[in-house]
Amino acid sequence: MIRILATLAVLVAAAGSAAAVEVSAAVLRIDYPTLAPISRYDAVPEDMGFAGAALADQDNATTGQFLGHSYDTRTVAVPPEEADAALDDLLSEGVGLFVILAQAEDVTRLTDRASDDGALVFNAAAPDKGLRQEGCRANLLHVAPSRAMLADAVIQFAGWKKWDRLYMVHGSNPSDLALAEAYRRAVAKFGLTLVGEQVFEDTGGSRRTDSGTTQVQRQLPVDLQEAPDHDVLIAADASDVFAPYLTYHQWTPRAVMGSAGLRPVSFNPALEAWGATQFQRRFEDLASRYVREEDYATWLALRVIGEAVTRTGAADPDTVRDYVLSDAFELAAFKGQAVTFRDWNGQMRQPVLLFDGRLTVSVSPQDGYLHQVSPLDTLGIDRPESSCTAFQ
Amino acid sequence: MKPLLSAVALIALTLPAHANKVFVSNEKGNTITVIDSDSWEVLTEFQAGNRPRGITISPDGTKVYVCASDDDTVRVFDADTYEELYTLPSGPDPELFVLHPSGNPLYIANEDDNLVTVTDTETRTVLAEIPVGVEPEGMGISADASFVVNTSETTNMAHFISTDDFQIKHNVLVDQRPRYAQYTADGTRLYVSSEIGGTVSVMDIAEDGTPELVQKIGFEVPGVLPEWLQPVGVKVTEDGSRVFVALGPANRVAVIDGESLEVIDYIIVGQRVWQMAFTPDEQFLVTTNGNSNDVTVIDVEAEKAIRTIQVGQQPWGVVVQPDMN
Repeated sequence: MIRILATLAVLVAAAGSAAAVEVSAAVLRIDYPTLAPISRYDAVPEDMGFAGAALADQDNATTGQFLGHSYDTRTVAVPPEEADAALDDLLSEGVGLFVILAQAEDVTRLTDRASDDGALVFNAAAPDKGLRQEGCRANLLHVAPSRAMLADAVIQFAGWKKWDRLYMVHGSNPSDLALAEAYRRAVAKFGLTLVGEQVFEDTGGSRRTDSGTTQVQRQLPVDLQEAPDHDVLIAADASDVFAPYLTYHQWTPRAVMGSAGLRPVSFNPALEAWGATQFQRRFEDLASRYVREEDYATWLALRVIGEAVTRTGAADPDTVRDYVLSDAFELAAFKGQAVTFRDWNGQMRQPVLLFDGRLTVSVSPQDGYLHQVSPLDTLGIDRPESSCTAFQ
Repeated sequence: MKPLLSAVALIALTLPAHANKVFVSNEKGNTITVIDSDSWEVLTEFQAGNRPRGITISPDGTKVYVCASDDDTVRVFDADTYEELYTLPSGPDPELFVLHPSGNPLYIANEDDNLVTVTDTETRTVLAEIPVGVEPEGMGISADASFVVNTSETTNMAHFISTDDFQIKHNVLVDQRPRYAQYTADGTRLYVSSEIGGTVSVMDIAEDGTPELVQKIGFEVPGVLPEWLQPVGVKVTEDGSRVFVALGPANRVAVIDGESLEVIDYIIVGQRVWQMAFTPDEQFLVTTNGNSNDVTVIDVEAEKAIRTIQVGQQPWGVVVQPDMN
């Protein structure tokens, strides 16, 4: 048996007009001080996001070998106060393509800082509306779905089911309130009814104590007994304070959707359809764990870059940006249809998976939600609603 | 085992002259369904290892080769007794393969490892491993067997591998997620389907095997979202006049005029249609419908679906036994 070790030179020659391109990118992750998640299944791995970057580098390099393109992606994790310096270091080393895993205000500040050097930034985590509306930036593209897309995905499913009467419990932190607003908007958009809502105050109580289960079982049903009759309980708990406790602890037995129960996600480790099995296997071989949304988003952002480099033969931020925002761009992302970017605010169009923790229960957009351009544009902020001017 | 074997033998004896066995791999059911192409009855269903996908048959019609993807091997079955004869080394996660017209060797796409493995079907040894793009799947072989084409689903290329020295001689970028590569019988043309791109790339093939991308064929069906028109399997009639393209979740097979390259018809079949195979006389085309767990039989000349046959769980690949004399 012989293993064919084709040299790069031979391969490049075979590819014809290919010219050498070195693609230098970076993944910058800000690690905020946070409490442990409610479920230890959700423990944050140290290589969160970075494992997705490693897989993307492998995938891009495998393709790049046939074209003379090489990929080098730096991964940097910093506390919030060191983020600006870390970005400056990377910029000074000539990195022009960034994937950032951070909260919205940091994404905005870092993006502006990077724009002085002409760099392009991919937002792989922050779901905030502001980043895509008034606060949008010409050099900021969003691979992470927006809260509006995620909420629309859930409400479309409830609508498809004819489970029209929704009751919402939302948290008290700013991100919870933003999520609740996204659900209100989605309910109005698709003509369902929000029969009522209540707030679950984050009083900083113990979430994972020995007696927690007993307290939850006694107190939650009482808290929820005044709710008007409803078909679905919507949980808007971006802070991970209460949502996972809702199922089985309501006053009336109803489906829970949103932050618990049926959750809208960009990807999940149980997905097998559309060739996702191959992605899962490659990822698990590399990372020795299941994939998280942050890994998928980081992989996807770097694959967007790889696809742009493959098709254009260039890796400068302007060429990448122009190509991915053009009609020519499309990318297979293991979600059954090509993903593309909205040219009015830089948001990636993508299906949203509805995941119950074990299976992909459904995928939105749902059947029957039609759109003159793409059914994917029924999710999130559509062109006529856009207040982003940076892309004009 | 004995009574079963003789029963099978009896059925084999009673087949009319031009009946051929149709072998369908059931990816989730881990079985092969055997159908008689004359009566269109299911003859039997037998175990085939874990996650059987690609399936082909030796030129003499005696051996059925199955990519048992999750067993990391190719299983070889006797086409008469359905007994497993032996396995062939395939490299990890074999998905789809193409057999040299002589019956040897077998060119196998290893989906998880970005390789094409070349396996000698006689000595049962690996002759070569060729690094290709990410998620290799489609495998086609040119009429003169001088080139094997592999498509890589995430790299989005067709890799042209010389069967002489196992080196890649040409790489052609196509649309997203290329699934299948099919040469015409005269070797002058190659069709490559792109599932997510929604197109079939048409390449003219020069005398020396050099490809030139000349056209991309798109699809359009009223009432079907363009996103669901996902070309996978491609089959071309011997004379090159008709090209059949399985359109996955659109539940249709497109019929393309091999001259004008225009789509002339869409045939409604079962759900999520992926792979196809002609009967040797090209009277029928059998399609695997993964979501409805059945196969559709198309009358090739009439371009009509004439029959649906229930098979095992999630049918993936199909091959028809050549005429046995």
